[in-house]
Amino acid sequence: MILILEQLLNGLQFGVMLFLLAAGLTLIFGIMGVINLAHGSLYMVGAYAGTYVATETGSFWLGLPAALGAAALTGFAIEALVVRRLYARDHLDQVLATFALILIFNQLIVLGFGRQPVFTALPSGFGGSVELLPGLPYPTYRLLIIATGLSVALGLYLLINRTRIGMLVRAGATNRDMVRALGVDIRLLYTVVFGLGALLAGLAGYMAGPISAVQVGMGEQILLATFVVVVVGGVGSIKGAFVAGIVLGVVDTMLRAFLPGLLRLVMAPSDADAIGLGVASMGIYLLMALVLLVRPKGLFAAGG
Amino acid sequence: MKKLLTAVGMAALMATGALAEPLKIGVITTLSGPAGYLGADARDGMLLALEMGGGKLGGVEVEFVVEDDGLKPANGRQIAEKYMQNDGIKLLTGIIFSNVAGATVPDIVDNGAIYISPNAGPSTFAGAGCNENYFVVSWQNDALHEAAGAAAKELGYKTAVALAPNYQAGKDAIAGFKRMFGSDVTEIYTQLDQTDFASEMAQIRSAAPEVVFQFHPGGLGIAFLKQYQQAGLLGQIPMVLSEPSTDAVVLGAVGEAAIGITATAHWNRDFDNAANAEFVAAWDAKYARPITYYASQGYDTARLIASALANTGGLDDLDAFREAVRAADFESVRGKFSFGQNQHPVHDWYVLNIVSDGNGGAKAVTDRVILADHGDSYAADCKM
Amino acid sequence: MRLLVFALGFGFLLAVPFLTQSIGQPALLTLASRILIYAIAAASLNFILGYGGMVSFGHAAFFGIGAYTVGILFAHHSSAEPLFGLIPGSNQMLITLPAAVLVAGLFAGLIGALSLRTGGVQFIMITLAFAQMLFFFFVSLTPYGAEDGIIIRRTNELFGLNMRDKTVLYYVILAIALVFFLALWRVVNSSFGAVLKGMRQNERRMAAIGFAPYRYKLFAFVLAGMGAGLAGALMANFLRFASPDMMHWTKSGELMIMVILGGVGSFFGPIFGAAAFLILETFLAGWSEHWPLALGLILLVVVMGTKGGISGLFDRFGGRGK
Repeated sequence: MILILEQLLNGLQFGVMLFLLAAGLTLIFGIMGVINLAHGSLYMVGAYAGTYVATETGSFWLGLPAALGAAALTGFAIEALVVRRLYARDHLDQVLATFALILIFNQLIVLGFGRQPVFTALPSGFGGSVELLPGLPYPTYRLLIIATGLSVALGLYLLINRTRIGMLVRAGATNRDMVRALGVDIRLLYTVVFGLGALLAGLAGYMAGPISAVQVGMGEQILLATFVVVVVGGVGSIKGAFVAGIVLGVVDTMLRAFLPGLLRLVMAPSDADAIGLGVASMGIYLLMALVLLVRPKGLFAAGG
Repeated sequence: MKKLLTAVGMAALMATGALAEPLKIGVITTLSGPAGYLGADARDGMLLALEMGGGKLGGVEVEFVVEDDGLKPANGRQIAEKYMQNDGIKLLTGIIFSNVAGATVPDIVDNGAIYISPNAGPSTFAGAGCNENYFVVSWQNDALHEAAGAAAKELGYKTAVALAPNYQAGKDAIAGFKRMFGSDVTEIYTQLDQTDFASEMAQIRSAAPEVVFQFHPGGLGIAFLKQYQQAGLLGQIPMVLSEPSTDAVVLGAVGEAAIGITATAHWNRDFDNAANAEFVAAWDAKYARPITYYASQGYDTARLIASALANTGGLDDLDAFREAVRAADFESVRGKFSFGQNQHPVHDWYVLNIVSDGNGGAKAVTDRVILADHGDSYAADCKM
Repeated sequence: MRLLVFALGFGFLLAVPFLTQSIGQPALLTLASRILIYAIAAASLNFILGYGGMVSFGHAAFFGIGAYTVGILFAHHSSAEPLFGLIPGSNQMLITLPAAVLVAGLFAGLIGALSLRTGGVQFIMITLAFAQMLFFFFVSLTPYGAEDGIIIRRTNELFGLNMRDKTVLYYVILAIALVFFLALWRVVNSSFGAVLKGMRQNERRMAAIGFAPYRYKLFAFVLAGMGAGLAGALMANFLRFASPDMMHWTKSGELMIMVILGGVGSFFGPIFGAAAFLILETFLAGWSEHWPLALGLILLVVVMGTKGGISGLFDRFGGRGK
């Protein structure tokens, strides 16, 4: 029971991480119609910039603004120099351009920081674990990630539902031609959305640093799962990204943790391991295929 | 478009240009992507040996031609053909990953060229598939993990949880560990590219084994060790690891989260022999980054080639060169070194303790020999 | 005029082995063979992507299945144990190639039947999902080498030709590529091709005049899968190796990059795209260890500065404009 609870928490933590990445991606996707493969690069830029400052200054918290700033600036630059020139073009041209950006960013990081993964430290005071329930110690840093993710979700909810810019974002996700026709400065909206998405990706990258490795290509490892979250949640929907992120995070964690064990109850251990592992690694893709077959537009599609 | 044409033209010029005198040795290695540091270190180990020899290996002027395979088997193959057919290169080395080797090595040996592996030692070419033109300087893949299994057993542990990614190298790792440790092992497989191991940490805690073995190279291993510490398991359940999970880069990136771990290795920077002292001093003088065992393997590869070239003076008589390589008449930085009948190494494996380096980091200190004159379990199947 | 260009192009391809010899770069023949193989795969993707408007992000799956069909049949041929106890192995190209095409087509039928229930971005992602599932399946397929791949010790036999000879193998690949492109030309310019193109432009109108989009699209998807399977089977023969890496999502991405680079929906575009991508990759990697940076910059310049990829460029310079 305690184990199930712990795994649920783990799933939740993985889920909010996916949400941080997917939130920006789904907005960029939904509002601007841009398939941004370089979103993972922003995650990497945030991680490297933040870690660099944190190591130089010795303070995790000083690294945070650096990570956010670097990722947002990079996002603005990508938008202004590359993506903006491609809005009117075929989606496929954007795929090619952002693929080129992945190559460029990865190699620039190699030139700047070398090929070796860099050291990251936990923020002081978050190194240990707290006993949530008797027999359930949980790393405090992971609780910090969960709290960050949930606050970002709340903040985005307020931003999107209570502010003028949020209104434009919602309108843009539903029908971007109409927004343009109504005379809204859509270019400014695009830049803001792209920068916001980049900022969230940078935040995710920096938060992930102390628990995983800060290395070249780290963005591509998580990019696919992020796209899955976006599509399952419904393109353009923050709510969808949140729900799908948490669901996929929990499902993925639970399958890995318990499926081989459960299968072992009904079949030979070696078969159970093989099948259980196979299904667990395909888990999120299976889930996506199922969701799309039942609801072809995803769980919370943001209108036509 | 114009830019594109110029770039291609320039590249073509450079590829055909230099008709230099030195003996060319082809290096196919992985330099891009997350695993790029492995290839870079192996390459720099070779280049260091060449530089220390004043541009000569065994008295013969040598040039290493290096190219990145991008961890794509087809690219590795393409580079090999370029080396052999365009440049007439007869000696190749450098491949880091087993799958690149799978696509590339058969073609090299079938063409009558010699391949000396500085890293990957897949079982495919170690047993019945061995070849007289194929040498491995590093290790047979399984041997890495057999050493860890032997160490865990010697330390008196009875039950273990073993974790590895769910792919061939991962399965081989756990099989190798079990071969020496015994059968009371709970196996947990993780996914390729998985960077969050919280779920596995919970499983380890609930299984409460006497020892944990895990094989996660590079970035995955860094993530694993950090999370092991954060989950409060470090210090509670001891960990015995094989070499790829505790290389100097991993230790540098995790810092104190590695202290207290028992590691196993065939080389460590504190090895007390003249060849190693010279190697470590030269590396530290030239590079700012930590020295890894990949670098030591690249260095050993170059020195092995040097010993053979000193004997034959060149590659004109490949049979003689092959014989000279087989003799392995060089001072390895790992101490004792010889080839088994499948031309894979027979050498000692050591237990290392990971301790604090006094600056908030961790370092590996060599403790004792765990497997002496250890070859691999495939050699007997090799009929050569 | 077009026929002349075509004849010149084909004549050039015929002469490649001699050209590579005469400039002292025989290994360029390897590159040429790879370009031809990838051109087949990219053209099959272009068929559904460019003509049918179906953006499949899982096309490498069929490429990999074709390669593995050859690999697995060879493994059973050399062990002399039938697959599942009833299918005998084979090392005859006349058997393995059709088998690979068939198996790939079968999988394309299954995947297409499910995927085509969606459209747009969802179609991109669901094809990716199926390809990822197959990738993970082959990664855990221990009897056939799993992650490390399966080695095919000898190239398949064909009419007693010396298939170890790189020039012979090149001509075999060229002949098969020629047949493939001729067949593709006929399909594209058939009434079926016209319906397919019509559907990309306006699916509802085509449905209204009586063409059931689902059936047409599925048929096209299966044909494209078969094309990729053929390319995969050739690649397995050429490399004498098959591995899950062939169906990784980045490989699907590379195929898509080749199509876009060459010019989406242009018949010869995929050939230019495959050639440009592989030539750039090969020469830049030989030029500098930081080649991905150069490749990225070149791709970026190309996509920002051109419209319709390389064939679009040719059209403009050729004064044929659109």
